[in-house]
Amino acid sequence: MSTMELEAAVGVGQSLDELRQTFRSRRTRSVEWRKAQLRAILKLISDNEDHIFAALQQDLGKHPVETYRDEIGVVVKSANHALSCVEKWMAPKKGQVPLLLFPSKGEVLPEPLGLILIFASWNFPISLALDPVIGAISAGNTVVLKPSELAPACSSFLAKSIPSYLDSKAIKVIEGGPAISEKLLQQKWDKIFFTGGRRVGRIVMSAAAKHLTPVTLELGGKCPVILDSLSDPSDIKVAVKRIAGGKWGPCSGQACIGIDYVLVEDNFASTLIELLKKTIKRFYGENVKNLKNLSRIVNRQHFDRLRNLLEDPKVAASIVHGGSLDENNLIIEPTILLDPPLDAEIMTEEIFGPLLPIITLNNIQESIEFIDSRPKPLVIYAFTKDETFKKQILTETSSGSVVFNDVLIQFLCDSLPFGGVGPSGFGRYHGKYSFDTFSHEKAVLQRSFFPELEARYPPWNDFKMQFIRLGYRFNYLGLLLLFFGLKR
Amino acid sequence: MLPTLFNENKCRVGVGVGIQNQKFSISIAGVGGSSTPVQKKAEESNTTTLTPSLLSSSVAFLTLLEVVRTTASIMGSEAQKVFDAKDASSMLMELRGTFETGKTKSYEWRVSQLKSMLKMTEDCEKEIVDALHSDLSKSELESFVYEIAMLRSSLTLTLKELNRWMMSEKVKSTITTFPSSAEIVSEPLGVVLVISAWNYPFLLSLDPVVGAIAAGNAVVLKPSEIAPATSSVLAKVLGEYMDSSAIKVVEGAVPETSALLEQKWDKICYTGNGRVGRIILAAAAKHLTPVLLELGGKCPVVVDSDINIKVTTRRIIVGKWGCNNGQACIAPDHIITTKDYAPKLVDALKLELEKFYGKDPLNSEDLSRVVNSNHFSRLTKLLDDDKVSGKIVHGGQRDKTNLRIAPTILLDVPEDSRIMSEEIFGPLLPILTVDKIEDSFHMINSKEKPLAAYLFTNKKKLKEQFVRNVCAGGLLINDIALHLAVPTLPFGGVGESGMGSYHGKFSFDAFSHKKAVLYRSFAGDAPARYPPYSPGKLRLLKALLSGSIFGIIRALLGWSKA
Repeated sequence: MSTMELEAAVGVGQSLDELRQTFRSRRTRSVEWRKAQLRAILKLISDNEDHIFAALQQDLGKHPVETYRDEIGVVVKSANHALSCVEKWMAPKKGQVPLLLFPSKGEVLPEPLGLILIFASWNFPISLALDPVIGAISAGNTVVLKPSELAPACSSFLAKSIPSYLDSKAIKVIEGGPAISEKLLQQKWDKIFFTGGRRVGRIVMSAAAKHLTPVTLELGGKCPVILDSLSDPSDIKVAVKRIAGGKWGPCSGQACIGIDYVLVEDNFASTLIELLKKTIKRFYGENVKNLKNLSRIVNRQHFDRLRNLLEDPKVAASIVHGGSLDENNLIIEPTILLDPPLDAEIMTEEIFGPLLPIITLNNIQESIEFIDSRPKPLVIYAFTKDETFKKQILTETSSGSVVFNDVLIQFLCDSLPFGGVGPSGFGRYHGKYSFDTFSHEKAVLQRSFFPELEARYPPWNDFKMQFIRLGYRFNYLGLLLLFFGLKR
Repeated sequence: MLPTLFNENKCRVGVGVGIQNQKFSISIAGVGGSSTPVQKKAEESNTTTLTPSLLSSSVAFLTLLEVVRTTASIMGSEAQKVFDAKDASSMLMELRGTFETGKTKSYEWRVSQLKSMLKMTEDCEKEIVDALHSDLSKSELESFVYEIAMLRSSLTLTLKELNRWMMSEKVKSTITTFPSSAEIVSEPLGVVLVISAWNYPFLLSLDPVVGAIAAGNAVVLKPSEIAPATSSVLAKVLGEYMDSSAIKVVEGAVPETSALLEQKWDKICYTGNGRVGRIILAAAAKHLTPVLLELGGKCPVVVDSDINIKVTTRRIIVGKWGCNNGQACIAPDHIITTKDYAPKLVDALKLELEKFYGKDPLNSEDLSRVVNSNHFSRLTKLLDDDKVSGKIVHGGQRDKTNLRIAPTILLDVPEDSRIMSEEIFGPLLPILTVDKIEDSFHMINSKEKPLAAYLFTNKKKLKEQFVRNVCAGGLLINDIALHLAVPTLPFGGVGESGMGSYHGKFSFDAFSHKKAVLYRSFAGDAPARYPPYSPGKLRLLKALLSGSIFGIIRALLGWSKA
């Protein structure tokens, strides 16, 4: 641990005390405070757009349009949505109460959990940091945000700008690497929200177990595209555009909802490859030295990991497009592979980079079995016009979400919960789901002192037993008869 | 929820036998109708031999065993074999196989299982009541109200609503993704593990199972070994009434639970205490399994002075002692009232207690006993604490042989005593006093968040303050424990009292994955989504993401200055 990290570690305890005190002061519960913080996030973004563009350029070589679409835009949209809905979300929900308990009133009141820890990831270092923060604030919590140290420019941007825009006694950014994370995980939180890989997910959950802290894990997985043999050429064009945009567009494939591989019928593969090649050329250019609009690989370690995937001789033999690497600039060309061996690492591990295996099947129906025999992915994309096939995909596979005829845009749909299942994580967020993730749903039942049912109390006898039996059956007529002595 | 002692496995005999018993139930399912007379015999011997002691339940086990021996010769050397990780893993494999056939996903299967369980609660009511009497000396009425009838109403509600719950939920999609339609589909998680508790061993075992089945999962139930008679009845009746290829019972204690926890489940639901809760969570972390924890806590009752004291005290008594003699996760743990009002409250409690349980409560048929000698000595230790023993204002009698402690009230125990620092989970009720009733809120919030908090008052303002300020799993005003019976309210804790919730539709949701589904057509593509990127595309994106139709039109027409 460096001295800087050591100092930071000492500061963690103090920061947390301050945050807990703020929470106890109940300031963060008022709707005014929540809205003020959400507005502050919007202001932070609009004042600093250029800084954000620069930070992402530095960390990942992200193009400003991509940065706007995947980072700034996402945060602005979420903050606006939360601003307009937070009052509605905070309102208690009425619950129907059985007649036997009449008169009484039941409701569910959302209340903040307390102190939240958010671990963001490096691939979308602004949106995956601020999107959950928006949820935690909307729900009235105090927050510690730990940005990823693998996107250092963004991490330091967040650490510098957040305290000057948001309530620094309630929302703190703590920067650092694994040592700081470990230190943070030793503390008692009321909720931990983690975006990242499975290995660290396990560490986070084990640490949370010690304090019985609930956890939301946003992980990844190998997200497949099922591409049915479309007959209409214009549909094919759209599908290919969406696949090419969705694979290499968002952070060069380094995205948890990015496309991992494509499943397609034998006879359709060559058409797909030809069209993909053309689209790649149009979108990103040709020579690895002159690629445009393409993010770089985050660091040397990941670059080497991806290179290793390609270096397997059988895998290398399956490359049909690309495959060149620019080691100095950490750029990997959009690469297409046709039928790499299914037991090679590229088909067993999440790729998380610009390599796209195309797996051919005799019949597109086989894709269901292909997906079911592998761990549940975060999302399944399917391009098809066949309604029965759609239905089959929906009911016979399991994944965090399913998107038909498009890619990635489910992330922008606030009315849909975003989250995984099984190895792709648990818990969900976005829109109202973010609010719920950071709230406790407190059940409240209010009763009056009258009327009083004698049958509730001991000493027990047959009459009371009879009464209760009828009550549970909601047999109100029977109850009435019992009272008048007409029923035995 | 309750201090189950994880390493307190006093029914070693029951353990090995329990597994046999489970085999027994599977074999019955295989043999089919031919085994019915044998089952009858087993039921008879079970019900006739059960008396409130651990010994007799082992007798019941042995009778069962004998029955098995006469029907199928699966006994022999296996009899001593403990359920281990290998058994757990092969059982799980079988269940996964069943789940993968898709059988459990069908509406028909779910309904048939729920109906079958409902029939079981009717056919086997006597057996269940007897088992509960053997394990806890629970009175018939209490067993009926809090275990059988609660389960039945849960089943009836689920059967009535399941169709609606299973329907996908249409949601509005946003202009950003226009044109599209979106829905949320509930799908089963897979194979789930339910580990239950000994205090309501029937309800707390089967109520989560109802949710798991309703959601279309395969289930393994591990009942508590501390209520051995109920555990054995559960293993038997589930084997008889439920689809044994998808729903299984594993009886046992620590070794069996550990073997189960080593496996990869799709969800674990545990009812019990925080210490074991931590073990479960840590085990689940290895497989990234989501967990529902129903724990307990020190549930406070705040009593204001402007109330109908008779109704209040009766409701407190039936909530405290009438719920398994205080051994319930939502039972009142302590009362907080004002200094002036405390003596009046104590007198009223004494008066009503005598009306309910007579002058000799140790012999009342209407009070449950303490579950076992470990808990008995834990509770007597709490009472014998030097700081506490002088504070008893009512009760305090105990009968070690029959594991009974009389309803006991303590006044003004120090806050740093043991009785005030751990969950009491028994018939002792300390009363704490404050100067102003509002001070109680601070007192509650300075401790760990309880599963439930109660308030008796007629003041509107105080109610509002209570609802706003007190943090607990659930709040109930002017009554005790009844919120449990309202299926439109989620039941679950927060912080130390647990995570996740169930009951009614919340049970269905707890065992479902909410799959987001978005349908798009091939038309309606914004070119701005795709590279090569340009400033014009940036403008259009800004408008699209802000959802402003005018902005989109302006950007498309090139009017925007941004």
